[in-house]
Amino acid sequence: MTENLNILITEIYKIFLLLIPILTAVAMIVWLDRRVWAFVQKRKGPNVVGPFGLFQSLADALKYIFKEIIIPASANKIIFILAPIVTMTLALISWAVIPFSEDFVLADINVGILYLFAVSSLGVYGIIMGGWASNSKYPFLGAIRSAAQMVSYEVSIGVIIINVLLCVGSLNLTDIVLAQENLWFIVPLFPMFVIFFISALAETNRPPFDLPEAEAELVAGYQTEYSGMMYAMFWLGEYANILLMCSMGSILFLGGWLSPIDLYPFTLVPAPLWLILKILLLFILFSLVKAIVPRYRYDQLMKLGWKIFLPLSLTWVVLTASYLFYFNLLPVN
Amino acid sequence: MIIHSIFFYIFSIIAVFSAIMVTVSRNTVHSVFFLILDFITISCLFIMIGAEFIGMIMLIVYVGAVAVLFLFVVMMLNVSKQKNEWLGNEKNSNHIPIGLLISGVIFFELIIVVGGWKYKPELLKSFSSIGIDTSTTNTHEIGKVLYTDYIHLFHLSGMVLLVAMIGAIVLTFRQREGIKRQSYFRQISRERNEAVELADPKNNEGVKIDV
Repeated sequence: MTENLNILITEIYKIFLLLIPILTAVAMIVWLDRRVWAFVQKRKGPNVVGPFGLFQSLADALKYIFKEIIIPASANKIIFILAPIVTMTLALISWAVIPFSEDFVLADINVGILYLFAVSSLGVYGIIMGGWASNSKYPFLGAIRSAAQMVSYEVSIGVIIINVLLCVGSLNLTDIVLAQENLWFIVPLFPMFVIFFISALAETNRPPFDLPEAEAELVAGYQTEYSGMMYAMFWLGEYANILLMCSMGSILFLGGWLSPIDLYPFTLVPAPLWLILKILLLFILFSLVKAIVPRYRYDQLMKLGWKIFLPLSLTWVVLTASYLFYFNLLPVN
Repeated sequence: MIIHSIFFYIFSIIAVFSAIMVTVSRNTVHSVFFLILDFITISCLFIMIGAEFIGMIMLIVYVGAVAVLFLFVVMMLNVSKQKNEWLGNEKNSNHIPIGLLISGVIFFELIIVVGGWKYKPELLKSFSSIGIDTSTTNTHEIGKVLYTDYIHLFHLSGMVLLVAMIGAIVLTFRQREGIKRQSYFRQISRERNEAVELADPKNNEGVKIDV
């Protein structure tokens, strides 16, 4: 019995060891996003609270905590309250399988990549629940838009994952990283990396695909009726999801925790730091796109997902499989 | 082991409870949410018995795609009209015997299968000719069986799905007239002399614009 208890306590300890840095990182990443966005537009961005404005997110969080939570009279109360909780939880539980180095991973499960994919496809429920339970026009429209958008782009992300899996021969995330020791998958699968990046933008409802919350049309989409800490939870969940997509991209294509060159000065850097650097690089790309590109029209968005990305990635699956088969490079016999 | 059974009972209680709530719940959207909860707990049970691939695929296919469409359809319906017409109404209660019959048949089948598995395990092994290799992951194992022994059935089910998909598109597709479509190719390949025209409008007549 005490043995079981010990296991339980160490697991909980590990979970907190992972969760607290991630929550802090999410807060910092919001600041970074606003900073990058501002620099592209020749503004200063948040620079008042703390050094370089680093504590801006902290101040925002304090503000959200002390604001009143308003629940609309006609809302479906249970689902209205559940929606931000679902978004936040789903954004955080997927971090359990992300490997930060060869032995620094909370749950090294056999179907890691499927788990990530499943959890990110569940993310749509937080948005639908929030939009429906608000019982108001704008949130509902936003929820329906985002559901259609996320379901469409999941398809192409799934097919891209198949591309990578063909080269690896395992669904385990650690195996996926170790398979890239000689060559990162971004080199042979570069077009897939581009499509993955754009689909990840659409999957996380980032600009230029932020139609679910297009402020010019739908006020704030599914978040319109939310206030106080519940709004902040939606917000944190969204950014945690973006970070997750960045880490998924760096694990699938950029070699995870591996250093770019296996030489002396690079090997001194600890493995988790490489993964963090790659995630940051992808995230800065995300926020650059937000600052540069105008919003897509909805039919263009659907056309891009179904008529361009899906056929392209399917063709690439056929190409990859044929290449591996012809040159006898298949990882599993 | 004790933790294992505690988790099993937690998941199965949630699964049974949500399965009952799917039918009992008055609000249709709530029933769909309970259905989703049921799917999730069932996939947790799958993972607990070591079938992690099936559990994850269930989560991706049913919860990530099918239930979203359910939710779509149900949210569009007028939910308030359907209250209180279910069990209490005499006109609608003639489906109860059929429902009882079907659930009775399913229950009987389950008892046969579970009883056979519990008391004569060697009988079930004689049905399947393939030996299961426990040293590799079950994803590999499913792949090996699915793409060798059952490749024709696998192709056939893919064909059935393809035909169903084409059928659904044919049934719902309608060509709409008079809508303006955007053609990137035509937009980009437009030249100045096609697009700009110098006109000399007369007074009180203006220019004719073709749409």
